[in-house]
Amino acid sequence: MKLTRALEILPKSLWVFHCNSGSCNGCDIEIVATITPRYDIERFGMKLVGSPRHADVLLVTGPVTKYMTERLRRIYEQVPDPKVVIVVGNCGASGDVFYKSYSLDGPVDNIIPVDVYVHGCPPRPEAIIEGAAKAVLLLEKKREELLKAGASR
Amino acid sequence: MSAGSHKTYRIPIGPVHVGLKEPVTTWLDVDGERIVKATVRPGSIHRGIEWMARERNPIQVIYLAERICGICSFTHIVAFLRAVEDAAKIEVPIRAQYIRSLVLELERVHSHILWAGVACYTFGYDSAFNLGMLLREKVMDVLEALTGNRVNYGVGTVGGVRRDLTPRAAKAVREMIQFYRREFQTFLDVVTEDPIARARMRNVGVLSQEDAVKYCALGPTARGSGLRVDLRHSSPYEAYGDLGVTPLVPQDYTGEVFGDVYDRFFVRVMEVVQSLELLEKIVDGIPEGPIAWEPKLPKVLAALKAADGIGWGIIEGPRGDDTHVVKLTRGEENVTWWKVRAPTYANAVSWPLMFQNQEIADAPLIINSIDPCISCMERILVSDARAGRSEILTRANLVERCREKTRRLMGA
Ligand code: SF4
Repeated sequence: MKLTRALEILPKSLWVFHCNSGSCNGCDIEIVATITPRYDIERFGMKLVGSPRHADVLLVTGPVTKYMTERLRRIYEQVPDPKVVIVVGNCGASGDVFYKSYSLDGPVDNIIPVDVYVHGCPPRPEAIIEGAAKAVLLLEKKREELLKAGASR
Repeated sequence: MSAGSHKTYRIPIGPVHVGLKEPVTTWLDVDGERIVKATVRPGSIHRGIEWMARERNPIQVIYLAERICGICSFTHIVAFLRAVEDAAKIEVPIRAQYIRSLVLELERVHSHILWAGVACYTFGYDSAFNLGMLLREKVMDVLEALTGNRVNYGVGTVGGVRRDLTPRAAKAVREMIQFYRREFQTFLDVVTEDPIARARMRNVGVLSQEDAVKYCALGPTARGSGLRVDLRHSSPYEAYGDLGVTPLVPQDYTGEVFGDVYDRFFVRVMEVVQSLELLEKIVDGIPEGPIAWEPKLPKVLAALKAADGIGWGIIEGPRGDDTHVVKLTRGEENVTWWKVRAPTYANAVSWPLMFQNQEIADAPLIINSIDPCISCMERILVSDARAGRSEILTRANLVERCREKTRRLMGA
């Protein structure tokens, strides 16, 4: 992609809603580390918001326990279009160490469509930032598709 | 609502909410702004970890145990390993014991700073949160230098540890101690000296000393109520026997105990300072020697297959005592059964007590004040196959059971 194009898109700030669907916390603290001064993803205008209604991006950690399945689906539906789903951590992507458990419905892509996977158990904050960068581009693409389909701005 | 009608409303919070990164459902019955009653429903992220372990051998379970909780991951591994070593009668070399204590203390430092930061964030003191998190990156760097990972280090193994403390890593630890001695005081001052922070935490979520005993509070939650309980002091494990830990209680510093959020905050922050001392002692006193009972995994597995019996491991995690019990059966590779009792399990019982007559605005702070680790706790699903029923222990059951245990312990 051209640099000019990247510069055009990147200043669009992503607002992220974080849903923990049964993770071990490892990924969650790395997400917290990502928003704090060392990694400081807020300098790109990205931040965690308190309601899915305000979010562009749904960030999911954890292998999705049976109890959380319905909640996750509801949260996904509440995020307005265009939206991007990022899964952070191996256990959301594949089940990881929890793969044979009786109380899981996951991994996440069994329940909702996923756009970006960030691997690692837990991934480093740098990897999470990379995932966010991919999400920005995807979101822009989805927005353009929606516009083409006739959605109003 | 007309004045004086005293009708209570029920506010559901969760399971996914902003106050805490982990899902837990709480119902608060409120009269105006006052909380009359609180009901907590855990279990939303129950993953059946203990059950999964029955299809894995002890070495594989190490990595499962680590992922009970990503914050106190090493605590869980050490408790599990001690249980396995107890069952199989395996001796751990002294140097390995020192390295285990070293990582445990580093983990305590990172966990307590994280908690202190999040507590500040909860009542809206974002600068302190960011300052705390910035300071915390130092210990994360050291953990990475020592173990190769920031979270879930995977350095424990049956009979020892997998990574030695190299001179370079030791130097990094020393540097970190100096760094915190210089910088940590700032964080302490901006929070404990700040009148608003004090006002938000003083007399909020009080747990009296008596109730802390009655409801089996553990770790910093109990110490914040003035109880001198600390397993590193009362039943030392690994290298703690050589280090001489004394339980840290607020009355030794301020002269009185409130048992409120402020005291719990104070205890945790001062424990970071205490951990620095311990770390220094560990790095200075670590003896030379092997770091594992047997470095070859097939031999370890063979020894574990031949072992028979039940083993216990109880250690003081950042949040309180973490207990693991393991049964190994001769001739079987897998763990026969494994039971974990994480500290939040015990501490969450006192939540409803702390909530009583508080304002709703303080609810997230109170929830946070015991440093809950929901992912540790999610194992309360009890099924009774014979009776064909499955139930989730409610708070009332738990409290009753907890009291029963106290009565038993007191011999009444
Ligand atoms: S990917 Fe690993 S570190 Fe992240 S939540 Fe899952 S088990 Fe924990």
